[in-house]
Amino acid sequence: MSYQGKFRVWRGDDSGGALEDFTVEVNEGEVVLDIIHRLQATQAPDLAVRWNCKAGKCGSCSAEINGRPRLLCMTRMSVFEESETITVTPMRTFPIIRDLVTDVSFNYTKAREVPSFAPPKDLAPGEYRMQQVDVERSQEFRKCIECFLCQNTCHVVRDHEENKEAFSGPRFLMRVAELEMHPLDTADRVDQAQDQHGLGLCNITKCCTEVCPEHIHITDNALIPMKERVADRKYDPIVWLGNKLFRRS
Amino acid sequence: MPELERHSFDVLVIGAGGAGLRAAIEAREHGLRTAVLCKSLFGKAHTVMAEGGIAAAMGNANESDNWQVHFRDTMRGGKFLNNWRMAELHAQEAPQRVWELETYGALFDRTKDGRISQRNFGGHEYPRLAHVGDRTGLELIRTLQQKIVSLQQDDFKEFGDYEARLRVFQEFTVTELAKDGDRIAGAFGYWRESGRFVLFEAPAVILATGGIGKSFKVTSNSWEYTGDGHALAMRAGASLINMEFIQFHPTGMVWPPSVKGILVTESVRGDGGVLRNSDGKRFMFDYIPEVFKDKYADNEEEADRWYTDQANNRRPPELLPRDEVARAINSEVKADRGSPHGGVFLDVSTRLPAEEIRRRLPSMHHQFKELADVDITAQPMEVGPTCHYVMGGVEVDPDTGSSSVAGLYAAGEVSGGMHGSNRLGGNSLSDLLVFGRRAGAGAAEYVLALKDRPVVAEDIVTEARATALKPFQQEGGENPYTLHMELQQSMNDLVGIIRRAGEMEEALQRLEKLKERARSLTVEGHQQFNPGWHLALDLRNMLLVSECVAKAALLRTESRGGHTRDDHPSMDAEWRRKLLVCTASGDGVSVVEKPQIPIRSDLLDLFDRTELEKYLTSEELS
Repeated sequence: MSYQGKFRVWRGDDSGGALEDFTVEVNEGEVVLDIIHRLQATQAPDLAVRWNCKAGKCGSCSAEINGRPRLLCMTRMSVFEESETITVTPMRTFPIIRDLVTDVSFNYTKAREVPSFAPPKDLAPGEYRMQQVDVERSQEFRKCIECFLCQNTCHVVRDHEENKEAFSGPRFLMRVAELEMHPLDTADRVDQAQDQHGLGLCNITKCCTEVCPEHIHITDNALIPMKERVADRKYDPIVWLGNKLFRRS
Repeated sequence: MPELERHSFDVLVIGAGGAGLRAAIEAREHGLRTAVLCKSLFGKAHTVMAEGGIAAAMGNANESDNWQVHFRDTMRGGKFLNNWRMAELHAQEAPQRVWELETYGALFDRTKDGRISQRNFGGHEYPRLAHVGDRTGLELIRTLQQKIVSLQQDDFKEFGDYEARLRVFQEFTVTELAKDGDRIAGAFGYWRESGRFVLFEAPAVILATGGIGKSFKVTSNSWEYTGDGHALAMRAGASLINMEFIQFHPTGMVWPPSVKGILVTESVRGDGGVLRNSDGKRFMFDYIPEVFKDKYADNEEEADRWYTDQANNRRPPELLPRDEVARAINSEVKADRGSPHGGVFLDVSTRLPAEEIRRRLPSMHHQFKELADVDITAQPMEVGPTCHYVMGGVEVDPDTGSSSVAGLYAAGEVSGGMHGSNRLGGNSLSDLLVFGRRAGAGAAEYVLALKDRPVVAEDIVTEARATALKPFQQEGGENPYTLHMELQQSMNDLVGIIRRAGEMEEALQRLEKLKERARSLTVEGHQQFNPGWHLALDLRNMLLVSECVAKAALLRTESRGGHTRDDHPSMDAEWRRKLLVCTASGDGVSVVEKPQIPIRSDLLDLFDRTELEKYLTSEELS
């Protein structure tokens, strides 16, 4: 059942690096992260990789396998041919720290820029009442494990460092949508999404949805509905006229 | 030598799981400058893996539920070894802690009338677990993370600095606590990313580092669970209790090998899943222990009726406390009635419609599909016991979380006493919140009452740095990975789910040899994000904690909860009155007996005398 698999793993740091070739044992039922761990234990003890739960729940071990953004722990070796050389590289959108580990602080900065849940002031703990059907929309977005693969793959920032300032990325635009659709949130999120988080830069190519390991419908259920709400508010001529007359904007 | 990075805070919280984050929120809300230090990225802590739910007697699903019933269930689950005061506080305060999460933005599954839905779980008399499908831990961690961010946003508005009063140091490992005389004075550690050392000066430290599962080969725990807080507390002079009690969760994945041990939530059984052996028999009916006979159905018809009519039927035996189910599975496998890969079958596919399974157990469906090619809506799962939780931990004051060392606090899995000899499912997440908050408040009040602040002496820093760098300076020593694998194998084989005196003595001999070899470990490369070095430092903690487990387990000559002795198979009421207390002595561990605190009489009155007779000595009952 075991075979010798061929791997090319990117090694280096912020000053540069290169792909390094390894031949390593692969056993039945293993995932790519198992192979990386075997490399650490047998050939490259200082090979840096971030991981934690090894069950697809924490979103730590994000990387690119044969160029595709994936979780190392959820990519089974059986999806590859035994003769295939498997290339493992760090996420491209974020600065390299070392080997497969990148600096994901961009995401934590963006998280802080989203104003928090604003509950109704007159509601005491224990008095919250919400229907299942109403919480399900935001619950889907709260399945997010923050692996940042969507952030990594989104072309708005993947090849455009200059957009990082203005664009929060699919993960945090989805967070805005989650709060907007929370049955008890009292804040107005629509203008924020467009003006503060760069929703307008998204042109719904669905790359984020495609790489989401939780299969969240980021584009269809979060981004497009937010864009529709923005359009209703900002570009509907009747609303525009109303706003002018009553000086809301 | 590069200059040492230094920080000063009022409260340091080590660990960013449920307990750590709740403690940090509380300390910050007391107005104190608080730092959270965690080994992983912020939001990735092991709490994220909790699946089933948070136990809290809110009474949403059954109005008869209240804190007294929850208290009783908790004490029964722990076989009455629990610290009764902790069990009392926990049962009383859990509902408030869950409701509070809603004010932070949590979205639990709902009942028809819009309240928080509650599900059944092993050992709980009523449906009691607030949940979000089977990803409740993720909801808990994300909610607390977002609450921290919200507090940081408040500080930004007030001071123009997000981190003015609450800062998270992520991917940071603490290697030593520093003391000034008898008091805690700070902590020393390194950035995992750069390997650079940092000294934190702080009069209070809250340990919230979780468990010790990485000392065992088959475990549901992540790499972080290396017993850091347990070991830091011991080295700082605090004591641990109940270290012999390790929970082996009955249902971990057994195949494929690379995922062996990963958790299969108890909700599968709570929602109707049943355990069968290779003969297709629902074997749990054969394993109902005497103490639980009146609470569990002895036939399939009654057990199945219970799911729709809980008032008139007894519970299915699949929902016995975890220790009972784990031992039963172990016995079936040993008797050659196991599944092809050495587990038993857990089947929900014949019990619920496929759509319902996908709705209630989405992450289990996903996990089996992706990792084992098993569709749980059509096929049974193969499951077996996996090392899941340590009941033992730092001996603390129930009300404040304070250890015996001034300024040192502990909450969550790293603390001991709350769960006695066995934890009920769902009681962990509530434990994190109740005692995380209490430790945060306890530490804050301690700091606010201080007259003068402790100081960290320079020689402590020099020594801590030297200890941490030692693996780089030695040549020709062993690889830490080899030692770690041997440790895991020894603990799994010799101090595992079923224990014998001879095997534990052998484990202790092996541990001595491993300790010796660990002194001359060699690590290659440099300090920047070097997993070999990180493991070398974590190993020291794992070895110390493993010694506690093995020594205490050898001394306790009875079987109770998460401690099963093949050579002492029954429970002994005399042993219920004793705690085994571990302290550091030299580079080893010393264990002494200490009398258990008697249960307050009004709490004892919550139980029938006939039930108490099963646990207490006649002297205690008179």
